[in-house]
Amino acid sequence: MHDMSAHAAEHHAPTSFISKHVFSLDHKVIGKQYYGMALAAVLIGMVLSWLMRIHLAWTNYPIPGLHLLSANGAPGNVMTPEYYLQLMTMHATIMVFFVLTTAPFAAFGNYFLPIQVGAEDMPFPHFNMMSFWVTFSGFLVLVSSFFVSDGPTLGGWTQYAPLSAIGSASGPGQGTGVVLWAISIALFCVGQLLGSLNFITTTLDMRTKGMSMWRLPLSAWAWFITSVMGLTAFAVLMPACILLILDHLAGTSFFVPSGLVLNDQLQPHSGGSTLLWQHLFWFFGHPEVYIAIVPGMGIVSHVLITNMRRPMLSHRVLVYAMGSLAVLSYMVYGHHMFVSGMNPVSSLAFSFPTLIITIPSTIVVLIWMGSIYGSKLRINTASLFALGFVSMFISGGVSGFFLAQPSIDIMLHATYFVVGHFHLVMAVAAIFGIFAGTYFWFPKMFGRMMDETLGRVHFWLTFVGAYCIFMPFHYLGIAGNVRRYQAFVDDYLQPLIPVHRFITIAALLTGLAQLIFLYNLFHSRFWGKPATDNPWEATSLEWSTPTTPPPHNNFGDKLPEVFHDPYQYGVQGSTGDYVMQTSPEKVNSANDEA
Amino acid sequence: MAKFFAVTIIVIAIVSAIPIVRHTWDPPADISTHGGMIDEQMSETMAEAGISFLASQILLALFIWKFSNSRPGDKIKTFPGGAKAMVWAAFLLVGTEVLALGVFGVKAWATVYLTPPSANAIPIQVQAGQFAFYFRYPGPDGTFGPLHPDMISEANENFFGLDTTHDADSKDDIVTAEMAIPVNKEIHLLMHAKDVGHSFYVPALRVQQDFVPGLDLTLHFTATQIGKYEIVCTQLCGLGHYNMKAYLEVMSQDDFDNWLKKEAALQ
Repeated sequence: MHDMSAHAAEHHAPTSFISKHVFSLDHKVIGKQYYGMALAAVLIGMVLSWLMRIHLAWTNYPIPGLHLLSANGAPGNVMTPEYYLQLMTMHATIMVFFVLTTAPFAAFGNYFLPIQVGAEDMPFPHFNMMSFWVTFSGFLVLVSSFFVSDGPTLGGWTQYAPLSAIGSASGPGQGTGVVLWAISIALFCVGQLLGSLNFITTTLDMRTKGMSMWRLPLSAWAWFITSVMGLTAFAVLMPACILLILDHLAGTSFFVPSGLVLNDQLQPHSGGSTLLWQHLFWFFGHPEVYIAIVPGMGIVSHVLITNMRRPMLSHRVLVYAMGSLAVLSYMVYGHHMFVSGMNPVSSLAFSFPTLIITIPSTIVVLIWMGSIYGSKLRINTASLFALGFVSMFISGGVSGFFLAQPSIDIMLHATYFVVGHFHLVMAVAAIFGIFAGTYFWFPKMFGRMMDETLGRVHFWLTFVGAYCIFMPFHYLGIAGNVRRYQAFVDDYLQPLIPVHRFITIAALLTGLAQLIFLYNLFHSRFWGKPATDNPWEATSLEWSTPTTPPPHNNFGDKLPEVFHDPYQYGVQGSTGDYVMQTSPEKVNSANDEA
Repeated sequence: MAKFFAVTIIVIAIVSAIPIVRHTWDPPADISTHGGMIDEQMSETMAEAGISFLASQILLALFIWKFSNSRPGDKIKTFPGGAKAMVWAAFLLVGTEVLALGVFGVKAWATVYLTPPSANAIPIQVQAGQFAFYFRYPGPDGTFGPLHPDMISEANENFFGLDTTHDADSKDDIVTAEMAIPVNKEIHLLMHAKDVGHSFYVPALRVQQDFVPGLDLTLHFTATQIGKYEIVCTQLCGLGHYNMKAYLEVMSQDDFDNWLKKEAALQ
């Protein structure tokens, strides 16, 4: 722990437009830049999903204007099979990397972690600025693949070798498209490694006086745990991407074995292993699921506690449970590979930790639910999205029981059941976490309130809509509907097409409902009701800043001193039923666990 | 608002469960000797996951209903047993439940993957390539000839790269685009990938296994119902992935013998 007050005077505010808003060293600006990039990415990803859904429901119907996006991919506005796969790959890559990882972790974490620990900034501001700009470059490289001659890669976000490694002989987009994909993800990894380094150091070294580790809010704990995961997971994916690039550009064969024949041509490769890519990818890929969801757990816990007016049943148990999820996430990755051809005994070895990981997940859910019991729950848009997160996490979590078992995976692997499972537990839940965080922290970030009525309309349409989209995916999977098909030509899939049409209509309507959020976000930014410093009567340090939004160095001339655990709610304080962390006031019924 | 939310959660939970309870969208009926174990495992998991899902959602809804309308004087109450009760519940209820599922599930997996095929299982080789399956039967000599990838030619219909001029074992091999098998006889499937990753998924047979380029894998199963079933690819293999399929015809032994003779004559 540092006493940083001596450095406060050195932290000068930038004066030029470029240093203030573009190449900013301020963690708050970088957080907003990440949020802005994630917002742009999610809009692109959502439009791609609309196009895919329309095509799946009404295959071969022209989609007006589609040829403008790609004349080759949509001649006569009808999507070609390869273009469907290209859009699908871009949808998943954009969403997983540039939305689900960046918004809850890099965006909110950047903005609020230094403030919640009581620091004036991150310890390595230049690395932090690089983190954003390298990540943003990765995003631009990925999007640029739309504009190369045969379009982006069609190999799915998992980029299984040798389809991804063998070059353009294996299909459109498998040459330049894959190389751009791999460069983009390698850049993303560099960006997140720099970010993780900053997050870890901020948490360990930049805490203000009195801020012990156990006094960190759950959101800060979640970002810290996530950054440790990020440091280890992205460090594996980055070299994997570099090897993939070498297979394309340097004539190596890391992922391609000998004896492969494409278009009657024997491929000039030998000695590579296709399963090697899967092991490297999923060693990153499964922790990535938790990298996406653990920040959401932290944000939702933080928002729920404030609105329940009580701390969680146990702050520490929740931290230990999130930590267990992080550790176990590396031991379970093989459940993605039950039918991959790896040794079948390994499948059993990966199955048990996968089943065991349900225990910390259940503990987290039960602590949330047990804490709602007996609370004084306030309903607002932020708490509605936080409660919606809990509901979605339960729904997405129980389907994990099925996929953890190799024998059941024989039936469900690569079906829509998997698509339904990961969308609910990782994508929708994480997005509900982002929404909860946005409605909750917007007043602090912009000094204005978001419109509550519009927020609630947005919540209702999104909550019901998300269930209408993703619950039927499970039914399709149980019926054996294979994923990643651009059309359903198999006889046994014909009865399922009406279900796909229902899902498409739900997806279009739920997507449209997001325009309400966009309007609310931009309108409130400029014309929203001015916010007070602490509109939710919350306790943690972000609500103790001298101004709203916080000044450049967060706390003015003097860094705060912390006297309490983060969540002193349900007590008799001079300000009401809460006592802020910075208040030296004695608390009668202290919630300190330490 | 909170009460409406609670009701919405309960309605969503119940409506979500209806198609499962009514079996509205089931997989094709099982036609294998081992599939019953997978189906049973699936039903047990469905029961346990279904109860967990409904109970959790309903409890969440009830807590939201009850604790969102507190009055200013109300005190915060703690759930009986506090966090300890939650941790115990997670370990005892969910821990034992999922571990039991895991232990019982080993049997079905072991039957498919950890038990070797019987000595008299019928060997059939399947090769997956963009975007078709081809099947090879060893012919009267009971031996497959070696593969020569450099001789593979779609144009010459030499799908496996067989050298029938020099390899004696290849001369009587029978190559087909459709898979036929006799009913109630164990099949030993030898899986070979020609180009990229593919998968062999027959929902009715309760089998799914990836083809791994550079690694030949095997699978064994016994079909118990005569009929025609679909084999589909589940591993993304390129632009024609959605259309990569073949038919599996399960026949009586006599029909199978005749079919094989007919196919041999066509080689």
